[in-house]
Amino acid sequence: MILGSLLGEGWGAMRANRLRTFLTMLGMVIGVGAVILMLAIGQGAQLMVSESIASMGSNLFIVLSGSSTSGGLRMGSGTVPTLTLGDAQAVAELPEISTTAPALPNPTQLVYGSNNWSTMVAGTTPAMLDVRDWAVVSGQAFSESDVRSGTRVALLGQTVMRNLFGHEDPIGKTVRVKNSPFLVLGVLGSKGQSLDGRDQDDTVLVPITTAQRQLFGNQFPGMVRFIMVKARSAEVMDSAERNLLELLRGRHRIRAGQEDDFTVRNLTALAQAAASTTRAMSTMLGAIASVSLLVGGIGIMNIMLVSVTERTREIGIRMAIGARRRDILLQFLFEAMMISLVGSFIGVVLGIGCALGFSRLGGTVVVVTLGSILLAFGVAAAVGVFFGFYPARKAAELSPIEALRHQ
Amino acid sequence: MDRTLIRVADLGKQYVTAGEVTFPVLHDINFQIDSGEFVAIMGHSGSGKSTLMNILGCLDTPTRGHYYLEGRDTAQLTPDELAALRNRLIGFVFQGFNLLPRICVRDNVALPLLYAGAGTAQRYERATALLERVGLGAYAGRLPNQLSGGQQQRVAIARALVTNPKLILADEPTGNLDTQTGEEIMKIFQKLNADHGITVVLVTHESDIARYARRLIRVIDGRIADDGPTDRLVRRLA
Repeated sequence: MILGSLLGEGWGAMRANRLRTFLTMLGMVIGVGAVILMLAIGQGAQLMVSESIASMGSNLFIVLSGSSTSGGLRMGSGTVPTLTLGDAQAVAELPEISTTAPALPNPTQLVYGSNNWSTMVAGTTPAMLDVRDWAVVSGQAFSESDVRSGTRVALLGQTVMRNLFGHEDPIGKTVRVKNSPFLVLGVLGSKGQSLDGRDQDDTVLVPITTAQRQLFGNQFPGMVRFIMVKARSAEVMDSAERNLLELLRGRHRIRAGQEDDFTVRNLTALAQAAASTTRAMSTMLGAIASVSLLVGGIGIMNIMLVSVTERTREIGIRMAIGARRRDILLQFLFEAMMISLVGSFIGVVLGIGCALGFSRLGGTVVVVTLGSILLAFGVAAAVGVFFGFYPARKAAELSPIEALRHQ
Repeated sequence: MDRTLIRVADLGKQYVTAGEVTFPVLHDINFQIDSGEFVAIMGHSGSGKSTLMNILGCLDTPTRGHYYLEGRDTAQLTPDELAALRNRLIGFVFQGFNLLPRICVRDNVALPLLYAGAGTAQRYERATALLERVGLGAYAGRLPNQLSGGQQQRVAIARALVTNPKLILADEPTGNLDTQTGEEIMKIFQKLNADHGITVVLVTHESDIARYARRLIRVIDGRIADDGPTDRLVRRLA
């Protein structure tokens, strides 16, 4: 039979029983809509995670200062800085390591004119920008000589700049940190949210020596809170971690069997774990949504079986005037596919609408890709064929005379 | 040239019910019909005449014997080949008209051409021409149930003729019509037979209707009781 006639026949049959067609379609609408929505939410979550991972930099370790024990009382990690600038330099000498950047962060109040803002001020070296793939979008970074001489210069994160300066250009201006004037050298590019949801742009970088000597007291001179370590490649991460541990245990004179006074975390591995968790979650969401698609398909089969029974006489008439089995098969298969395709089209529109509504109202990041639309459409068409086939074959295999005699 | 269109040899049919009881419907049927004949198969209800008609129309199959259509043994044909025969060689006219209720009159008439693989323009052109021939050109866009019984039967005749068949099989074509309309329908069959040489086989239980045919085959209890010119047999029946 010719495609146009199949379309016409299918359309006629769908119109003849509008309520029933609508209800059957509803199954597909909900199924496809759910798949689109769930994939959008899942892919949104994946996008967020992968953006956070990209903002962190790649092949990273973080070495945290450990807990110290004083009088049998064990303090939390990082409470006592056990790491030093010397440790950072020594680690940088390891063959697997490309760069290290020590950091000494502290929450501090900043003042500019009549504005003030409480943020994390981190003393560090210019290497931090390299390790974290962090760009300076205006002005310039401080240099090694700034670190050596402990000058009072600062790089502002986007959030800090916005809160202190508004639309004013901060470069060359002076902000007061703990009552000391700091010259704003540059502004950092935006990093967005970290994996744990912190605003990475709510920060100020200053030379580490300046932080140690002038901002955060002298209790433990030369100490740092953590060291960011960047390995040369993903392949050497394991051996880098072993060598790093060995080196630091040696430098800290920790005997075998004794606990480390520092912690090494493989940030890249953590990020990958987060990414694979999200991936698993979005796969699961899609799988659950597909179940409703399956249920929709069963609904189509149910209705097509009813339709074949109801129209047995029509099938007999068609056979009497020369319809072959495949003409009848195609007619019913086409009808099932039309219901499923029209239903999935509405479902796609509804799914996208719901996804956009979700992101508008709930602030969830959603990503609707052409791939997920095509997937939902393809699966729906397959469902139509699969569940339409049995009733259609049943119709095609009727004997002409029995079909014609059917009342 | 062989003019034999239909040949039935030792044909029998029995139905097997669910309880495995067999019901013989036709026994040892033998006859042949040449091209251009106008034959009435007459019998009471339950005589097996409709079953015979369904076998002649390739809708049903005999359980014994052979049915040759244009010299071919129909038992040897596949379902698709039988469908093609029904499509091109045979035109059916039923008692209950059997038009598809959801599509318009013209689409009903054009439907066999769709299964014959004809293009859209050709289908509609031919369907319109045939509707005009049966005097219903003005009703092409109506639905079947908007027409009277006689008009519906004329649509069914147009549909039967649309593929230019050699054989028209009419099963009680006047059964649902009043006498006057029935006569009109019968005159159409007569005209088709006389002017276009189309073979017409008619099933009926009314001798008034059978009278339009030139040859009469009388079926009683699944056997052929009489077979001969209508004039002679009808006179004897009356």
